[in-house]
Amino acid sequence: MSVSRRNLLKSTVGLALLAGPAALPFRAMAAGKIDVGVLFSNTGGLSIVEKSLAAATLMAIEEINAKGGVLGQTINPIVEDGASDPKTYNEKASKLVIQDRVVSVFGCYTSASRKAVLPVFERRKGLLFYPTFYEGSECSKNVVYTGAAPNQQLSNFIPWIVKTLGKKKFFIVGSNYVYPREMAKISKMLIEAQGAEWVADEYLELGHSEWGAMVGKIKNSGADVVLSNVVGDSLIAFYREFRNQGLKQETLPICATVTSEIEIAAMGAEYAAGSYTSFPYFQAIESEANKSFVERYRAYVNDPKAVTHHAMESAYFQVYLWKQAVEAAGETGVDAIRTAVAGQSFDAPNGKVTIDPDNLHCYLTPRIAQWQADGQGKIVDAFPEPVRPLPYVAYGETAENLICTAKGVDSAKL
Amino acid sequence: MADILFIGLSLGSILLLIALGLSIIYGTMGVINMAHGELAMIGAYTAVLAGKYLGIGLIGSIPLGFLVAAVLGLVIERLVIRRLYRRIMDTLLATWGIAILLQQAIRLQFGLSFFGINIDGLGPGLQSVSVPAFLRDPVRLGDFVLQPYRSFIIVMTLILTGVTWLLLYRSAWGIQIRAIMRNPEMAAACGIDVRRVGALIFAFGSGLAGVAGVLLAGLKTVSPDMGASLVVDGFLVVVVGGVGSLVGTLISAGLLGQISGIFASVFNDIAARAVVLAVVIAVIMWRPSGLFNFKGR
Repeated sequence: MSVSRRNLLKSTVGLALLAGPAALPFRAMAAGKIDVGVLFSNTGGLSIVEKSLAAATLMAIEEINAKGGVLGQTINPIVEDGASDPKTYNEKASKLVIQDRVVSVFGCYTSASRKAVLPVFERRKGLLFYPTFYEGSECSKNVVYTGAAPNQQLSNFIPWIVKTLGKKKFFIVGSNYVYPREMAKISKMLIEAQGAEWVADEYLELGHSEWGAMVGKIKNSGADVVLSNVVGDSLIAFYREFRNQGLKQETLPICATVTSEIEIAAMGAEYAAGSYTSFPYFQAIESEANKSFVERYRAYVNDPKAVTHHAMESAYFQVYLWKQAVEAAGETGVDAIRTAVAGQSFDAPNGKVTIDPDNLHCYLTPRIAQWQADGQGKIVDAFPEPVRPLPYVAYGETAENLICTAKGVDSAKL
Repeated sequence: MADILFIGLSLGSILLLIALGLSIIYGTMGVINMAHGELAMIGAYTAVLAGKYLGIGLIGSIPLGFLVAAVLGLVIERLVIRRLYRRIMDTLLATWGIAILLQQAIRLQFGLSFFGINIDGLGPGLQSVSVPAFLRDPVRLGDFVLQPYRSFIIVMTLILTGVTWLLLYRSAWGIQIRAIMRNPEMAAACGIDVRRVGALIFAFGSGLAGVAGVLLAGLKTVSPDMGASLVVDGFLVVVVGGVGSLVGTLISAGLLGQISGIFASVFNDIAARAVVLAVVIAVIMWRPSGLFNFKGR
């Protein structure tokens, strides 16, 4: 009888692997804590924004734990660093889902990082809570999207620009990648539906910071409004050059979909004063819930001047939505949470948010703010109620005719 | 049309600002300094920190940026370059390594984030430097809008070029530098301390990068990776202009700036970039050692 050591080892490991996933919920329960993943970039070029998302997530977890946790257990965040690199994101997501056997992960900021981790969550049956506004056209059943869908940023913004500001000629400018291009596509449909026109649709490389020629073009284009989908550090050079070339926000306003409190703080408020941004959340929202949120966040990060912004607020409230889903489900399995999170509502700092049962995106209230000289937005327009998210609005999706449903994408309608 | 020419002139002046230091370092020492862009980044952060902690504005930061970058350059020369003298590929790799070190050091907040200490103004965040009020608002001359800050950069670049010219062609030190450029062995045989002059040139070139960084801080965003793209553009200018030729660097910066300004305005920035690179390739095929070069060496 010769059972070699190697074969014995193999079969033991095999058994352990087989038993692993099934044994997971019990193991997690027994320890009296629920592991969740927190996956943002704490280093690298994007960490300026992503650190604030991680902090907001951890703050929500801490608040929930202080009030007794979920199902009588504490939430145990396992923090990983995506390092501003999609490949690292993929590796860390695999580590969280496979090695740590985490079911729910709160994470990702850019679309590139989300696309990089998506296969991990779909193949390994994990659930990603994604807090960023994004370009839409995605319908994964392993992601809960709590940032704005394109219609929640644009469908109020464009009509408002045409009707209230009285602008007729749009110059669309963006960084050259998927989000600005998709946003431009949707904007053009909305602009034409309003009877206005767009005179140009131009792109600059991501991170490009020489805006001389482009702003010159804007000046000579005859446009009376600029729709900006520019992102990141090149955005700051853009607003500066705009002013340096003598263009005035009063006559030719920049209306942006990405410019948030963070970029305004970095560029110097005087350059953006008078321009507009459309987001569901602004730090300037006048409500007790939001004031308390800003105060708690500043105390949490120990910085009395820290700014709050849209993606960060979503990073915060999505933890509460997850908690409610877990409580409603009574367990932490993927399918149970996914079923339970559909239709969950929460009173977030920006108002009431609800997860759409069909597409797992989030009902949010679109708002438009005009930036002031103190670096804060003044809310000049807000929808009376939360708007249904439509990730496929670029393909003609409407609230009556959904393309992304609980069954997945209805490809016949694309 | 005047608008487009002005943009080209402004782009050219920024190119020249970067290329000036690179050109004299490459010309004298044969060192391709890949850390040049990072030295400019250090200059830009000097301006940010000087504004935050010392209350020094952008203009006051110019000499400070020169000094900080020059001292850092001297340290780099002493510690690394000196040991790799005459080994062009090795210096290329070594300075590239230094570039990465500097970039990541700023990202890590001088490494202090290991100890949980934060320095406001450093770190991975975006920073900007405010421009003095008198350089902020554009001046209208009929149809033409003069941008004071871009004009200021053009003037500063011309002044720095003038200073460099005086140094090279009207000083005793300059004679030594030019002798080294032509033939370092012969220069050494005539009693010139080649290493000492080399070290000083490296410090001076680094200082020029620092000034470029301070000036760009008023125009662009200050971030840890702002230097990476600068060094490539700078080298295009040096290659087209010809090694060690001040006139060549001046003319090629002006030329590439105008090409890039015109094509960016007429078509778009991405096409302009392609055209600039095509011109550079054409020039080095036609004149492998640049537009202006001298025999010898």
